[in-house]
Amino acid sequence: MSAPASPAVAPAALSPAPASRREARIALARQRLRRIVANPSSLIGLVIVVTFVLVAIFAPLLATHEPNAQDFAVRLSPPSAAHWLGTDQFGRDVYSRLVYGARPTLLIVLMVVLLSAPFGFVLGLVAGYAGGLLEAVLMRITDIVMAFPRLVLALALVAVLKPGLINAVIAIAVTAWPPYARLARAEALALRHADFVEAARGLGMGARGIVFGQIMPLCMSSVSIRATLDMAGIILTAAGLGFLGLGAQPPLAEWGAMIAQGRDQVFDAWWVAAAPGIAIVVVSLGFNLLGDGLRDVLDPKHHG
Amino acid sequence: MSSLARVLPVLLSTAFGLVSTLAGLLLVTFVIGRVMPIDPVVAVVGDKASAQTYAAAREQLGLDQPLYVQFGRYIAGVARGDLGTSTVSNRPVAEDIARVFPATIELATLGILIGVAFGVPLGVYAAHRLNQWPDHLIRFLALFGFSTPVFWLGLLGLLVFYSWLGWIGGPGRIGIAYRFTVPPRTGFMLVDTLLAGRPDAFRNALSHIVLPATLIGYYAMAYIARMTRGFMIEELSKEYVTTARIKGASEARVMWLHAFPNILVPLITVIALSYGLLLEGTVLIETVFSWPGLGLYITNGLFTADMPAVLGGTLVVGLIFVILNKASEISYAFLDPRTTR
Amino acid sequence: MTRLGSLFGAAALMLGAAITPLMAKTPPGVLVVAKNIDDIVSLDPGQAYEFTGGEVVSQIYERLVEYNPAKIDELKPGLASGWKISDDGKSIVFTLRDGAKFASGNPVRPEDVVFSFRRVIVLNKPPSFILKQFGWTPENVEQMVRKTGANEVTITVAGNFAPSFVLNALGARVGSVVDAETAMKNAKDGDLGNAWLSRNSAGSNSYRLQTWRPNETVVLVANPNAQHKAKTPQVVFAHVSEAATQRLMIEAGDADIVRNLGPDQIAAVTGKPGIVVETYPQAAVHFISLNVKHEKLNKPALWEAMRYMIDYDGMANTLFKGQMKVHQTFWPVGFPGAVEDRPFKLDIEKAKGILEKAGIKDLSIAIDMISSSPFTEIGQSIQATFGQAGVKVTLVPGATTQVITRYRARQQEGAILYWGPDFMDPHSNAKAFAYNTDNSDASYQSTTTWRNSWMPPAAVSAKTMAALVERDPAKRLDMYRELQREILHNSPWAMTFQAQAQVALRDNVKGFVHGATNDLIVYRDVEKK
Repeated sequence: MSAPASPAVAPAALSPAPASRREARIALARQRLRRIVANPSSLIGLVIVVTFVLVAIFAPLLATHEPNAQDFAVRLSPPSAAHWLGTDQFGRDVYSRLVYGARPTLLIVLMVVLLSAPFGFVLGLVAGYAGGLLEAVLMRITDIVMAFPRLVLALALVAVLKPGLINAVIAIAVTAWPPYARLARAEALALRHADFVEAARGLGMGARGIVFGQIMPLCMSSVSIRATLDMAGIILTAAGLGFLGLGAQPPLAEWGAMIAQGRDQVFDAWWVAAAPGIAIVVVSLGFNLLGDGLRDVLDPKHHG
Repeated sequence: MSSLARVLPVLLSTAFGLVSTLAGLLLVTFVIGRVMPIDPVVAVVGDKASAQTYAAAREQLGLDQPLYVQFGRYIAGVARGDLGTSTVSNRPVAEDIARVFPATIELATLGILIGVAFGVPLGVYAAHRLNQWPDHLIRFLALFGFSTPVFWLGLLGLLVFYSWLGWIGGPGRIGIAYRFTVPPRTGFMLVDTLLAGRPDAFRNALSHIVLPATLIGYYAMAYIARMTRGFMIEELSKEYVTTARIKGASEARVMWLHAFPNILVPLITVIALSYGLLLEGTVLIETVFSWPGLGLYITNGLFTADMPAVLGGTLVVGLIFVILNKASEISYAFLDPRTTR
Repeated sequence: MTRLGSLFGAAALMLGAAITPLMAKTPPGVLVVAKNIDDIVSLDPGQAYEFTGGEVVSQIYERLVEYNPAKIDELKPGLASGWKISDDGKSIVFTLRDGAKFASGNPVRPEDVVFSFRRVIVLNKPPSFILKQFGWTPENVEQMVRKTGANEVTITVAGNFAPSFVLNALGARVGSVVDAETAMKNAKDGDLGNAWLSRNSAGSNSYRLQTWRPNETVVLVANPNAQHKAKTPQVVFAHVSEAATQRLMIEAGDADIVRNLGPDQIAAVTGKPGIVVETYPQAAVHFISLNVKHEKLNKPALWEAMRYMIDYDGMANTLFKGQMKVHQTFWPVGFPGAVEDRPFKLDIEKAKGILEKAGIKDLSIAIDMISSSPFTEIGQSIQATFGQAGVKVTLVPGATTQVITRYRARQQEGAILYWGPDFMDPHSNAKAFAYNTDNSDASYQSTTTWRNSWMPPAAVSAKTMAALVERDPAKRLDMYRELQREILHNSPWAMTFQAQAQVALRDNVKGFVHGATNDLIVYRDVEKK
């Protein structure tokens, strides 16, 4: 994310020397990680998410077949030793496509979050800190976009932009930023008159420095919780677009599109649609569990 | 301080919010319609039309006018209830939507009823057994709901309950044999079959709606249960609850008679919002179940590049979404004494 | 009136449903056809241009001349009991059948024929080009189509045409004869009854339209005044878009005929008790074309290599088993004059050799395709086989209108499409695939040649026009055979398949006739036994 525009001046109340500050951060991170690991459900979530990322990275090593290699002779064969999860209507190996399918999914999730979170975050921070007319206008826009039906709008947008992976990312990101803006604004509002902010202002720090140097770091944890929880939703929306043929395009193996391809054969060759669905469920569940766990650990304000 | 004086500013700002949001929605749908890489004229005159036929149709559609004129016409049209003409069915989109919308309302309403019927008690119970296994189970059920693609669950449901077990009716609202025998009066199949005095048709319609409604009901349940749980936990931590407990009120009494009424206001808001979300969620479920509602209308429009249909449908879903949003804000302002902003 | 009719129909159905309370069986006297009917735009014969619309219109209206669906080269009397061609071939006198009546009870008069043809020209809807080929305009049509006797109509064409071409064009659905009085009674704002006829009917064929609800149902009921009385009083088209659902319906007996099963569903129902599967060759031909406006694609060597980079047999025998036949010329088998040569098959090494010799490498092509079956399957298959030959294919999927929009504007690089003849005459396809004399952007043509920016050799275009006016039928067909062979080897496209319709029927359904186009599907002799 954007680096502090001016050298970070730490709040007077907690201003350790830079070296020990890094150490303190590492210690804090370690402690948090320990707490995440201590909670069984967030541990499961963490394991799933890490596995998912590793599968995406090492897909070529894990796959048993070339994911796009067609072989009409074995099309729609049930799971067997040769094809662990069977084959689809082109005779492609479902297991290998499933493994490779982790890649577009991971790509979509990361790109949507990287596009929408910083945008909404900065917009909300600026609005919250600046107040007045600027705040009113920015939050008005946020509210308008927030009130749009996200999936339906994404459908209409992809229809305009032409189906494809990148356009699916854009269509999802366009409606994904407002929650970050609201979150950041709320935090900025709360912190705008906090003692250490007043102190920094007293020391002559500019608005930009205060927003990015002082307030932003304190909002990071709630944003990262939000982002983790969002990822499951992004995966589902992307899969929905893929299912309707508006997401990643052939021959790219994408889980939602794989379900759509298995749809016509679902009564005869259920494995084609079942396998990618399970993958989506497991990975989304992983993000949800992890997000929940993160919230418990990082966000003491959150109840229950 | 009169309550009106307190509520009026909220009311005004909400009204302003409503209008500006609607304007934003209209602008977005208009812009999408104009930058569409589909020639709307081809959609009207077909593939093999001559150049003259083409030009005449283009003029008739008003596409030779400048953009702002077209936008003005668009807004004026929407205000009159004119959403354009479907390039596929050649009928007014508004008429099409009026025809298909009851199917969606019926499905979503049954879904929300299921969601509330299960979600609220489960949420309350989870708060009651906080951090014990029922709480964990309910939390997991909710998380599972947030993690499962609804179209996939629908597909598997059809496979298992329709194809394998034969317990339910298949896709569509009612079996073919019944489809043309029930006169459409209200547009709600369950009501129409009863009005027609056809218990057999009613049973058949029920066997068709039960799976899709249960599925979207499950998603609503996941959301409602989670929110109910949160509200209850907050409420139960309050002093009056402790007082009631000390006074020896039974736990059920404390939960349902003391705490629960106090979470009704936010709960209704949540239910209204999840109703809006359900309307949107029916887009995918309707596609899987060939349910002839607004969602299927929109996706069919996408596949046939029928942009007036897609945008009309988007606009209607958006309108309801926005109105539900704002209505819940207003009711919140009226009902909740703590509202200040 | 229609409301009363539908109530009556509903009562009949209700009775049927009451007799068979739980068994999922279609009521007697009602034929239930499950089909995707979302393509219907209008049921006005002067406007209907889509598959389902054409099928429905053909049950309702008669034409002067009609095809024998079983034997496509045989034109037989329809509303006209006979006709005489003038010596110069420019006019034909039709004698109307005695006693022919519309569903309304009105007699069929020469005035109705004149009205119907004039109506097509004045309405100027998409299919009107078929009649406009005769040089008919709103101004002259009343001179070109005239009543010349109590029971006679004379039509005149401006220009030289083979008489068989004229008759073939009149046999198209746009040549349907409409009840002028009924149409004009319901006309509004000078639309010659177009709005009303879009949803109602005024014809003389075996059925009349009772109801059309878009994306839901079309209900036809027998026309008591028809010459060929319908054996089944009611035909219900139920809109079911999912092939998997159609399959379950035919298995359960919820439908008598299902029309859109894919090869996998057909395989699943074949041999099941109570179900019969029939296969009917269709007139539509599929092809993959390259737009030679792009310099990288304007290479005859590439076109030749492309023909070896397609897995014709693999697709036809597995992916599309039973629903596509390998076919490599532009005029479909089963029609007079078709050439059945199929010299090309998948041969990656040969294709590589041709490409190498021509110095073509690192080529990538964006290919537009309609995002539904069979185009998506063809796309994914050629993406794989082109890739093996070193040509990278990016697929650009879109809705039909989306793809056509780009194709019309010649913006595509490649396209996976199909072509169905607009009328049963080889000229319909020859003009599309073997004729282009003006390749400029301004002179828009709906032909495959123009849309791929390709000019066939001038001699080829000339031969297409010569065949159009050739009056010796045998010689005419020979000319079309020569054209097909020329184009087979020299054109920027590869013809791939000829479609075959596969229909699953309950085994008690007899007498269903499915010709080579949707116009040639006939329900009037269907009986449930």
